[in-house]
Amino acid sequence: MPKPTLPGQERYVAPIDETPLAAVDSVQVDEAPASQWKEAWKQLRKNPMFWVSSVLLTILTIIIIAPGLFTNADPRFCELSNSLGPAEAGHPFGFDKQGCDVWARTLYGARASVAVGVLTTLVVALLGGLTGALAGFKGGLSDTFISRVSDIFFAIPLLLAAIVCLSAVNNWFPDRGFWGGVLAVVAALGLFGWPQITRIMRGSVLEVKNYEFVDAARAIGASNQRNLWRHIVPNAISPVIVTSTVSLGIFIVAEATLSFLGLGLPFSVVSWGNDISSAQELVRSGTSLNVMFVPVTALVLTVLSFILLGDSVRDALDPKARKR
Amino acid sequence: MSLQPLLEVRDLDVSFYSDKKAIPAVRGANLTVYPGQTVAIVGESGSGKSTTAHAIIGLLPGTGKIVGGEIIFDGKDIAHSSKKGFQALRGDQIGLVPQDPMTNLNPLWRVGDQIKEALVANDIAKGSDADRRVLALLEEAGLGDVERRARQYPHEFSGGMRQRALIAMGLAARPKLLIADEPTSALDVTVQKQILDHLDGLTDELGTAVLLITHDLGLAAERADHIVVMYRGSIVESGPALEILKNPEHPYTRRLVSSAPSIASQRLSSVKAREEVRQQAVQTAGEIAAEIATAEGVVGKGENEIIVVDGLTKVFMLPGDRPWRKTELRAVDDVSFSLRRGTTTAIVGESGSGKSTVARMVLGLLKPTAGTVLFDGYDTAQLKGKRQMALRRQMQPVFQNPYASLDPMYSIYKSIEEPLETHKIGSAKEREAKVRDLLDKVSLPTSLMRRYPNELSGGQRQRVAIARALALEPEVVVLDEAVSALDVLVQAQILELLNDLQAEMGLSYLFITHDLAVVRQIADDVLVMQNGKVVEAASVNEVFDNPGESYTRRLLDAIPGRDLLTTA
Repeated sequence: MPKPTLPGQERYVAPIDETPLAAVDSVQVDEAPASQWKEAWKQLRKNPMFWVSSVLLTILTIIIIAPGLFTNADPRFCELSNSLGPAEAGHPFGFDKQGCDVWARTLYGARASVAVGVLTTLVVALLGGLTGALAGFKGGLSDTFISRVSDIFFAIPLLLAAIVCLSAVNNWFPDRGFWGGVLAVVAALGLFGWPQITRIMRGSVLEVKNYEFVDAARAIGASNQRNLWRHIVPNAISPVIVTSTVSLGIFIVAEATLSFLGLGLPFSVVSWGNDISSAQELVRSGTSLNVMFVPVTALVLTVLSFILLGDSVRDALDPKARKR
Repeated sequence: MSLQPLLEVRDLDVSFYSDKKAIPAVRGANLTVYPGQTVAIVGESGSGKSTTAHAIIGLLPGTGKIVGGEIIFDGKDIAHSSKKGFQALRGDQIGLVPQDPMTNLNPLWRVGDQIKEALVANDIAKGSDADRRVLALLEEAGLGDVERRARQYPHEFSGGMRQRALIAMGLAARPKLLIADEPTSALDVTVQKQILDHLDGLTDELGTAVLLITHDLGLAAERADHIVVMYRGSIVESGPALEILKNPEHPYTRRLVSSAPSIASQRLSSVKAREEVRQQAVQTAGEIAAEIATAEGVVGKGENEIIVVDGLTKVFMLPGDRPWRKTELRAVDDVSFSLRRGTTTAIVGESGSGKSTVARMVLGLLKPTAGTVLFDGYDTAQLKGKRQMALRRQMQPVFQNPYASLDPMYSIYKSIEEPLETHKIGSAKEREAKVRDLLDKVSLPTSLMRRYPNELSGGQRQRVAIARALALEPEVVVLDEAVSALDVLVQAQILELLNDLQAEMGLSYLFITHDLAVVRQIADDVLVMQNGKVVEAASVNEVFDNPGESYTRRLLDAIPGRDLLTTA
């Protein structure tokens, strides 16, 4: 029963030269192939966030290695006669209440603050990443055990727990020196900081575990260990990288808070936290903003550069995020 | 019939903008829909068919823009309507049945409330009046026990029921035009047939015009009066449905017609070619078997039946209604079959039939509750350590989803090399030569080696997955829906590749699929599964020409467009 053709629905065939047929399923392979690292570097180079953060972090690294390059003043040479003195030659940001050079203290303080931030982040990422990966991969009893233990630690507020731990440590070892002080803070923050990473890693592994490429690897005879470390973890790690770079800032701030409470680094250690805490009183009484401004700015810039760097490195290393 | 077109699309150009660069998605598209008519747009993924539909209903994503042409709906140009204008149009003038029934219903809302929203938003009905309309609509969409259904949540519905609910929603405000965007692609064939039959009846009754978007030419030809074929953003051919199917003129349409499994599988030539492939494969396999019988380090006795499955059963224990109770789910129930060396056995079934569970048990990825899998005379469950590793070498899988089956962090080279490295085969140099050889076998350029899976198309990834499976020179390849996610043309190519490889290497395939149409192109024996049981087991020709079970017949009848070329 042929129906009459309606206007607008006549038979139409496009001229062939207008829509040339490509080979079925072709994808252009024009650029020269690059290795993963080259590809990541190409990606990074284009990212202004990466440049800003890496320049800032390079400066920070130089400051940590050789703070003396940027100032001639001694952070521990304090004269009360200089108390709250204004800026003068060789002392660009003036003096704090004790008469110490603000700029020098901030430069020398970077070492302790960054050490606490980086070390705590590493401890937390390792502890949380391992436990999370095991819980997600093994499932069953190990999962239940790890998850419940992490829930218990999760329920305890980070700062409160660190305060309790550190005040005990302060009682037993009142004078711990630089590394003793730093490690005590790292241990306290690390002990209570990992459950967050555990949860993230566990969820991420649970998702990746179900992908078919994991089954394919099992079918070629790859062991569980190989599967976990070569296939699952690399694909599951990127949320951990992001959370870790953000929490790096949080840990530096936590150190500052603890030091402010007099529990973090011993007062003999020059650190941003100690400086900010002692400057707090001056801000409250309205005496001087300047003394607080310098270490706070340093803290903010450091935290920000770590976050930006983490973000851009993750984007560059993840081939999934790379677009053609 | 009124001669006033309901929808006229004239020279439509749609572009997507990324980084301020315009990427044309649709170029100069023309199409006309008359009231009450069904018009189908057919194309592969990326052809612009969905983009055209979304432009008509004003649902282009934020980066998409109509850059030229007009869309005349009911006498008015709506191409440049405001958001408000489209809002007024959507629902009561143009309805939409979206693609994926699993994600298009809000899981937190009762189904009835979601349909009611469609009524209230279009000022059709309010309050208890709307509630009554909802029940009527659900009944109309073919759902029974509507009062209970309306109070249920989407997760309590099956895929087919959800799609019915979405149809009820699309038709709630009695639109003049219903856009159905791949409405049944996610559903089993028998359900697809039911839903489309119902939709046909319903739109006929209401006089609704339907714009059907689909990748399946057979389905389009069966359901539509007029077909528009799109390729790379342009319309390459359009005309009356049967005419296009019978005399395709544009080379692309010709390619499409000859590749569509539902239509092509009727051709005897492919069956004949298959016969030759088979004979050669059996011969090669025989030679290999003779070698294996005397070789060391491989599992096997060189038997004619390389896999013998006997009484295979898998019971999953699911949490019951109380914490201490468990309910049993018998996913696979007493399945027995054998796979002859150098041949292909297909396991066909709809979702939930247990076909993939069988595949996973054969592969040793899942432990059977009962029953045995013999690989070349050895019980796979008894093999330990070294022998188990050897077994893994001899049996390899290719999975369905080409996007999930390759590790995105591994380059193509590393993906294919991994099996060699795991089994410590060859030096680095030898392995590289082997990878090059494998890429060549699956017809991929070696320049692809350093690329990552996300840079490849679906078909290319599936070729990589096949190359990886072949790296260890297996005797059996388990193909779990290995071509189901691919566009028809690519699918046809991969099937051809599999056929060639079988002839060349004497491979035996266990081919798991939901698509009976594909089976004829590749399989020798067929196993039809339903609810974990084998309902029919026979040779391909027997199953197609003389199906013994009513379920098999239902599956065959549901292949869209199956009779169009033979009877007409």
